Amino acid sequence: MDFLTILQILDSALRLATPLLFACLAGLFSERAGIFDIGLEGKMLGAAFFSAATAFTTGSVWLGLLAGIAASMVLSGIHGLASITFKGNQLISGVAINFLASGLTVLIGLSWFKLGGQTPALQGNARFSGIDLPFAEALSNVPVIGPIYAEVLSGHTFLVYLALLAVPLSWYVLFRTRFGLRLRAVGENPAAVDTAGVSVVHLRYAAIAIAGVLCGLAGAYLSTGLGASFVREMTAGRGFIALAALIFAKWRPWYALYATFLFGLLEAVSNRYPSLDLGAFTLPSQFMQALPYILTVVILAGFVGKAIPPRAGGQPYVKER
Amino acid sequence: MTAMPKWADITLIPLINLILAFVISGLVILAIGEDPLEALSVMIEGALGSSYGWGYTLYYATNFIFTGLAVAVAFHASLFNIGGEGQATLGGLGVALICLLIPWPHWTVALMAASVSAAAFGAFWSIIPAYLQAKRGSHIVITTIMFNFIAAALLNYVIVNMLRPKGAMDPATAKFPEATHLPSLGDILNSFGIPFAKGTPANVTLFVALAACVLVYFLIWRTRLGYQIRAFGKSQPAAIYAGINPVRITIICMMISGGLAGMMAINNVMGEAERLILGSVEGAGFIGIAVALMGRSHPVGIVLAALLFGFLSQGGAELSLWTSVPRELVTVIQALVILFTGALDGMVRAPVERVFLALSRDKSGTVRGPAE
Repeated sequence: MDFLTILQILDSALRLATPLLFACLAGLFSERAGIFDIGLEGKMLGAAFFSAATAFTTGSVWLGLLAGIAASMVLSGIHGLASITFKGNQLISGVAINFLASGLTVLIGLSWFKLGGQTPALQGNARFSGIDLPFAEALSNVPVIGPIYAEVLSGHTFLVYLALLAVPLSWYVLFRTRFGLRLRAVGENPAAVDTAGVSVVHLRYAAIAIAGVLCGLAGAYLSTGLGASFVREMTAGRGFIALAALIFAKWRPWYALYATFLFGLLEAVSNRYPSLDLGAFTLPSQFMQALPYILTVVILAGFVGKAIPPRAGGQPYVKER
Repeated sequence: MTAMPKWADITLIPLINLILAFVISGLVILAIGEDPLEALSVMIEGALGSSYGWGYTLYYATNFIFTGLAVAVAFHASLFNIGGEGQATLGGLGVALICLLIPWPHWTVALMAASVSAAAFGAFWSIIPAYLQAKRGSHIVITTIMFNFIAAALLNYVIVNMLRPKGAMDPATAKFPEATHLPSLGDILNSFGIPFAKGTPANVTLFVALAACVLVYFLIWRTRLGYQIRAFGKSQPAAIYAGINPVRITIICMMISGGLAGMMAINNVMGEAERLILGSVEGAGFIGIAVALMGRSHPVGIVLAALLFGFLSQGGAELSLWTSVPRELVTVIQALVILFTGALDGMVRAPVERVFLALSRDKSGTVRGPAE
């Protein structure tokens, strides 16, 4: 494996980590506020479809992005209605959202485009194109750092950089603002927040809305940045990998970046080497695909550092009477 | 005081949920420019209008009875087993190994061995999530989701690298030997002189599924273990105080649940495909969630709900054949049923309760406060 190959793998790992990172941060906001969100997958899928469909129809990827975010927000709204207003089971609501998105995207896609559930290929302004970072050309001749800068960091779409920016931003919002403090408190002890005169319902809806926007960005990136059209079931379990990354990161923003990059790297490596030959034995591609899930189970088992979720996660808040 | 009589909880609420799901699905069909009533009649005709249609409806229903029972047993212990998909996948592996490796003299023996093997493989796949939930406190929903994906990868590896016959291109095992082929429902009914279409996938497993319903009923409501499971589900601290071992109940309950999900494989792998292919579960593990919710975790309710979803699956297939409504409509209906019966239950329940409260107030003539 030469230096260039490593750079290419890292480059593709960054691309593949981006949707995971957005979705992982979405889960982070939601679960920190005490709302389990296994509907990340469905929200991403819905957003991926509506952003590709809108981008194709209008020819503008920005309108597509807005449509994707809107679709994801609608699904988030359903989740909020079920789990906050009507105090239903958050897990079941998430399962329903995943199916709703999986069925509706194909149903509407077939009806609009008649391409077996796909959208037509996006071209030109209908998809995000790469941005060359300043001095990428000039610096590419500098040893080691130059190629890393030019090959790995430069040339990605706007959304990749936005995802990287979202990490410190999430950290700041969650750990350095009053809103973030309250949001985390609502996930640990909602009764205390309520006693302090802050609305639990408002905070949880706010968290879910943020999660909706982030999932919208994740989905839009899948169909207009990473790919160039919507394909049925194109999220392919990424929502669940993001959930795994969230546990891996123990519900912390910076660790979310590392975890999603690790899982992106795993995917990039298994794309490049379907069976990884390690000399003594060969790792089959199926093992690489299952590795994020296996790692998460190991983390969950608590043998390698215990992952403790927010304490009030999954429980609807009922005021005492 | 409960505002609602029990019959309303069992029949009225699921009915309202179902009607809501159907109305919204109808609106979706309208939105894509088709006639919802015509779609419904195509579905009814295709799924229930002939014994051929019934042959498919009952086949799907058999799958859903197993996965529905699996989810329901776990529900009774307040555990949410979302891993039916993975457990049924492993069950398929158990069936395939039994059918391919041992030369069976007759299908009756093969069926018994395959049932045990399928249940054992399914139960095996639920042990680790159950152990982690009971001992290490990791959430069973997350671990069973992870195990679904691990199961898919594992099966992919085993089929492609081990069980695929030499020279074959498609990822599937060899055809099971003749002696393991299960008699179809058509064969059985015809031998009794009842006309029924041949060549449909419904098979003798239907009766195994119904037997499983009876067994689950006795297990949950007529045995000591079932009592412990329900007590544990109602209140964990109370159950522990009463001397019920939480680790034991969690693991045993999840193994029963996983075993039931695994047994689905004797229907779809042994009864229908007669070989193991990739992705043979086709989401039945997830439909089990809707079936258990709708059937109120009771075997009778589960049979009825499984029939409903069997009807939807077959009707949806017919729909995509004859109209331009794709079969994904079924996924949408399924999602809406899960949403209304499981997550938005409070939205439907509260107004119905208010109606019953108003009715009882009229009858007794006195005003009853909510505190009573």
